[in-house]
Amino acid sequence: MQKSLHIDPQKCTGCLQCEMACSLENEGVFNPAKSRIKVFTFHEQGLFAPYTCTQCAEAWCLHACPVDAIVENKVTGAKEVKADVCVGCKVCTIACPFGTVNYSQDTGKVVKCDLCGGDPECVKACPTDAITYVDADWTGLDKMRAWASKTSTGTEQPQA
Amino acid sequence: MAWTRNVLRVNLTEGTCAKEPLNMEWAMDYLGQRGLASKYLVEEVSPEVDPLGPDNKIIYATGPLTGTMASTGGRYSVVTKGPLTGVIACSNSGGFIGAELKSAGWDMIIVEGKSPSPVYLHIQNEMAELLPADDLWGKTVWETDEALHTRHQDPQLRIATIGQAGENGCLFSAVVNDMHRAAGRSGVGAVMGSKNLKALAVRGTKGVGNIKDPKAFMGAVNAGKKVLAENAVTGQGLPTYGTQVLMNVINEVGAMPTRNFREVQFEGAGKISGEAMHEKRPTDGKANLVRNAGCFACTIACGRISKIDQSHFSVKNNPKYWEATGGLEYEAAWALGSDTGVDDLEALTYVNMVCNEQAMDPISFGATVAAAMELNEMGVIPAEDLGELSDLKFGNTEALCKATELTGRAEGFGKILGMGSKRMCEKYGHPELSMTVKGQEFPAYDPRAIQGMGLTYATSNRGACHLRSYTVSSEILGIPEKTDPLSTEGKPELVKAFQDATAAVDSAGLCVFTTFAWTLEDIAPQVDAACEGGWSAERMMEVGERIWNMERQFNMDAGMTAADDDLPPRLKTEGAPSGPAQGMVSGLDEMMPKYYEARGWTADGQLTPETKTRLGL
Repeated sequence: MQKSLHIDPQKCTGCLQCEMACSLENEGVFNPAKSRIKVFTFHEQGLFAPYTCTQCAEAWCLHACPVDAIVENKVTGAKEVKADVCVGCKVCTIACPFGTVNYSQDTGKVVKCDLCGGDPECVKACPTDAITYVDADWTGLDKMRAWASKTSTGTEQPQA
Repeated sequence: MAWTRNVLRVNLTEGTCAKEPLNMEWAMDYLGQRGLASKYLVEEVSPEVDPLGPDNKIIYATGPLTGTMASTGGRYSVVTKGPLTGVIACSNSGGFIGAELKSAGWDMIIVEGKSPSPVYLHIQNEMAELLPADDLWGKTVWETDEALHTRHQDPQLRIATIGQAGENGCLFSAVVNDMHRAAGRSGVGAVMGSKNLKALAVRGTKGVGNIKDPKAFMGAVNAGKKVLAENAVTGQGLPTYGTQVLMNVINEVGAMPTRNFREVQFEGAGKISGEAMHEKRPTDGKANLVRNAGCFACTIACGRISKIDQSHFSVKNNPKYWEATGGLEYEAAWALGSDTGVDDLEALTYVNMVCNEQAMDPISFGATVAAAMELNEMGVIPAEDLGELSDLKFGNTEALCKATELTGRAEGFGKILGMGSKRMCEKYGHPELSMTVKGQEFPAYDPRAIQGMGLTYATSNRGACHLRSYTVSSEILGIPEKTDPLSTEGKPELVKAFQDATAAVDSAGLCVFTTFAWTLEDIAPQVDAACEGGWSAERMMEVGERIWNMERQFNMDAGMTAADDDLPPRLKTEGAPSGPAQGMVSGLDEMMPKYYEARGWTADGQLTPETKTRLGL
């Protein structure tokens, strides 16, 4: 069973624990600047929104890569960058509609979320469950549950 | 080794920025942030220096855990000689700029001299430069933030700045970072202003990677996060209500200073409480509180993000205050509300926003307004001084709002309010009405109903302050163990222990709010796994005690005496008018000799040679 990252911005407090967990796992340092997941602050609305790769089934980045450096991990479904193959041409960063593949000046390669091989560190670090790792077929389950709880279950009649 | 071991020294007179190695010998004795920056200040600045003169220095310092994943590990401190108090000032702030500075590769910035014209310090990793700020001078915090983000075309730039208050020498002006987090107390903003230094703009992409034992560190960090999550205060109370969780609690125990400490319970407390911030307004059906927010790495997230009622008179014609921004925390709600007798939640939210916008400490500002209200009700402020604030009296919401705007811009009576309560009350012939110690205004706990806090205020090295030894934890909340708030018994030892432990926490890069759940036994393993040197809880207590005594010595050398360790007569002679402490006064005079003794000081509050030797001072 494949799983997906599931993000609920309403629960995010903007603490950046996810960014640090990501950079520690991938770069060995606490460094939000090197994180594959980014938390965006919309100050005037009071909103924090974590954002990262959705692991598209038909991944633009994978198809765009001229040297086949982006490959699918059949177990996790993640599209992973093979750093020893990547030539840093950045075509994938243009192809990605969501901006979640980015170039690293330090290495001359691109970086993106690889779901940490199926055990995402951002999920474990998040103190408020704003980021969870759920059944890929049921990412809508908690929204369905929330709406279901608002639906009349017999104790009250819906208003006409 | 979580220190970067790099210090940035900025000389504003010469216009230079230079890198030098961190003094690691001092780091072993003073850890970082508050302790280490204070050590640099004490070594480099004469205690007699004019706080607003070019010879004073201002230090922006991170701790070894700043910028790491340790929960709340995003703090930084601003250390200088304070203009409000004339003693050592150390103001601590969260937000994100502390971690950004660390990520840029710096443990601290030491700023000296005075620039001939306004400048700001721009840091991008190892690159540091002073850039002209003539066009920023006169701008508010929010305008400066926007202008610098636009100029550098970098949304990820972190900014700390002063507003108009700091430029104009307001003695309780703050340094505000990330729009609404503040190194708030003791007038550190005025020191920046006196040096023509408008702002710091920092971008760091190097990260913090030199953890001594990463595996052990993450083990200790995760254990610490679990403790915070499972604790009722840090896991539920603070995220839900912020520090405003205290408003009703403190009012119940009769420790809510009201109308310049004439009373100890505020009839309007419920209307300005954390609970009230969650309630839907009748005007627009929305709650004042939008959500809670965390500072860098913080898993508590007590921060308040509020949106004001757009139809409220204070902002009706001013859309710039309609967006979400930092909301009321307990200290601000108390000082701006209970102490002035104003119970209008939206007005207090507005006044708090202006304090952030102009970088003023809402505690000192609110307390100064409260003292002015009392003076004005007595009729001792000349009409020509008051100008348009002739009706500045307890409970007058409109006058409070107007006073805030004027103080922020240093106009009219706002200029006099900007002197702080002590100087203002002296000016009008009633120094006894200033609720201050060493010139700094009290925070939100009446020492008659929480006896330990009286000793805390009187002995705090930066003037009256709750964050130097928050004995409310023990006396009201029972953390780590319950003591009787109405008794002076055991308080000298309790205050000393809290002071030393807090100095250590403030020097690590962590937030003192963790100590609702953590003891040094939770913190030391995180420091020890990150840093070389063998950091146990005992060693951290010893470092804390060393820091406390070093700060004290600086203050004594600056001209302070035991007579400055005192409370205003109101708290020692006028009994609390209501509540559990009804009829009681502060038992400060019984506690003080025992406190000096516990500290190893002489009867007149001087460090003994033995104490100095024992602590390596």
